[in-house]
Amino acid sequence: MTQKSSGFFNWINARLPIVNTYERHLSKHPVPKKVNFWYMFGALASIVLIIQIVSGIWLMFGYENTEEGAFASIEYIMRDIEYGWIIRYMHTTGASMFFAVVYLHMFRGLLYGSYHKPRELVWVFGMTIYLVMMAEGFLGYVLPYGQMSYWGAQVIISLFGAIPYIGESLEIWVRGDYYISGATISRFFALHVVALPLILIALVFMHLVALHEVGAGNPEGVDIEKHLDEDGVPLDSVPFFPYKVLNALVAIGIFGIVFSIIMFFFPEGGGYMLELANFEEANPLSTPEHIAPVWYYSPYYAMLRAVPDKLGGLVVMGAAIAILFVVPWLDRSKAASIRYKGILSKIAMTIFIISWLMLAWLGTVPVTALRTTLSIIGTVIYFAFFLLMPIYTSIEKTKPVPERL
Amino acid sequence: MEEKITTRRKVLIGMTSAVGAVGASFAVVPFVASWNPSAKAKAVGGPVKVDVSKMQVGQKIQVSWRKQPVFVIRHSKEALESLSKVESKLDDPSSLKIEEPYRDINPTRSTSNEYTVIAGVCTHLGCAPKYYPEMESQPWDESWVGGFFCPCHGSMFDIVGRVFKGVPAPTNLKVPPHYFDGSILTIGEERGTA
Repeated sequence: MTQKSSGFFNWINARLPIVNTYERHLSKHPVPKKVNFWYMFGALASIVLIIQIVSGIWLMFGYENTEEGAFASIEYIMRDIEYGWIIRYMHTTGASMFFAVVYLHMFRGLLYGSYHKPRELVWVFGMTIYLVMMAEGFLGYVLPYGQMSYWGAQVIISLFGAIPYIGESLEIWVRGDYYISGATISRFFALHVVALPLILIALVFMHLVALHEVGAGNPEGVDIEKHLDEDGVPLDSVPFFPYKVLNALVAIGIFGIVFSIIMFFFPEGGGYMLELANFEEANPLSTPEHIAPVWYYSPYYAMLRAVPDKLGGLVVMGAAIAILFVVPWLDRSKAASIRYKGILSKIAMTIFIISWLMLAWLGTVPVTALRTTLSIIGTVIYFAFFLLMPIYTSIEKTKPVPERL
Repeated sequence: MEEKITTRRKVLIGMTSAVGAVGASFAVVPFVASWNPSAKAKAVGGPVKVDVSKMQVGQKIQVSWRKQPVFVIRHSKEALESLSKVESKLDDPSSLKIEEPYRDINPTRSTSNEYTVIAGVCTHLGCAPKYYPEMESQPWDESWVGGFFCPCHGSMFDIVGRVFKGVPAPTNLKVPPHYFDGSILTIGEERGTA
């Protein structure tokens, strides 16, 4: 039987390299033998991607992409379709969890210098994924056509109006109407369910191919490729199966528990994941008292509000995302991991985390004079962390990085 | 000879690519243009009429044009006379920064000397400003002289929609094309263009 099936697989493999690919990228793929929990979020992100695709397809069975029908179809999914509520809450919780694991994944990158040579492209692909995810999340949030869908989209699309000369016509072009109408919803729907997911999947594929070409990093920042055994496999590595797979299964189990608790008991996330104003149908003639983005955009929204100039706000917000792409070239440190970096990097990292969390909070609350000042300070720190990185990473004294893991 | 052929190949490749690029850019046109408002959206966005004779002095009504709020305010004489007093607080009292359709005709900025007609869309990020006509202290301004306040990001405008200094909104509220036929106000087109 074994003989026969291996013959069958050999036959396939000579025509389609599934066995080779499986061994190269899964079963025998060498991964560093010592990593910590921070290295689990990439696997978790791919799990959430699958959850989003599956629950998204199921939502499409009941959703109607028209101005008259969109809001009612969400109510229909929630109340009339069997288990429709769980499908929808899976998708909304999935959106927040996607950002949660991706933020932790990105932070791991900053912490352990995962973007250091030769992993620059892995980082750049990852940042592109993050950018597409932000667009994907925004488009999806508009689809229920609730009050916050409408006014959130109104604010975001109005940002295009800040672009000199072409801004106003660009706004109308994006909406396909003079307000956010059925025309806007149906194009956002097409982008949300077909165009951007295709791009996202392609980018995830590139992210993984680039990662497997150079190999995963580790919390020590040790280059395991320096010491190879006679087969060319790094001495400080273990095969992906079973070591990494079993690790990941534990992480996925814990993640599943957290996910389920949120999905079943706190699907609205206290108004930060599903905003209360969105339980009311869109009304183009009445703005809600307080417009706030969902939590995963809030640091950038705080930056937008910190700038008292419309175009300036847009530029700052765009620059905040753009600067993340060039981090591999800003960090001049000899050590990749924060464990072996100097005191300056550690101080900078601490201040950065505090100010990022502060901005995330500021983006969700109404403006006051004091909060605007805090937003400005937070924005300055955010940019200083990146722009000064070439300086403080090159002047500080790093500890010697060990040879072996 | 060899060199001549290479040069000729390069020229031919260049020319073919150029023609291809022109063709490709024409092919993009339908995809881009299909995102413009459709004929249907344009038709629905046609002008609206409203009878303003029943409005009280000082009253504001909201008319929906292209599904966007348009504010119509009937001003008292005193209110219009006091308009010049707030000018020092305004960023652009004569609306020089925007295309003002009825500049220097009436202090109301409209074609009427009594009614103001402005788009109720904040020029910052598109929220609908709220109308607070009373001259009394407000949480956002202790010496409030009456006007519009945007709850989203705190932009302030006077009673004819001119923007205050130091707020996020870059320009005055827009005046939509309109005309009065007796007490019938038509919003969305100029007189005689239809």
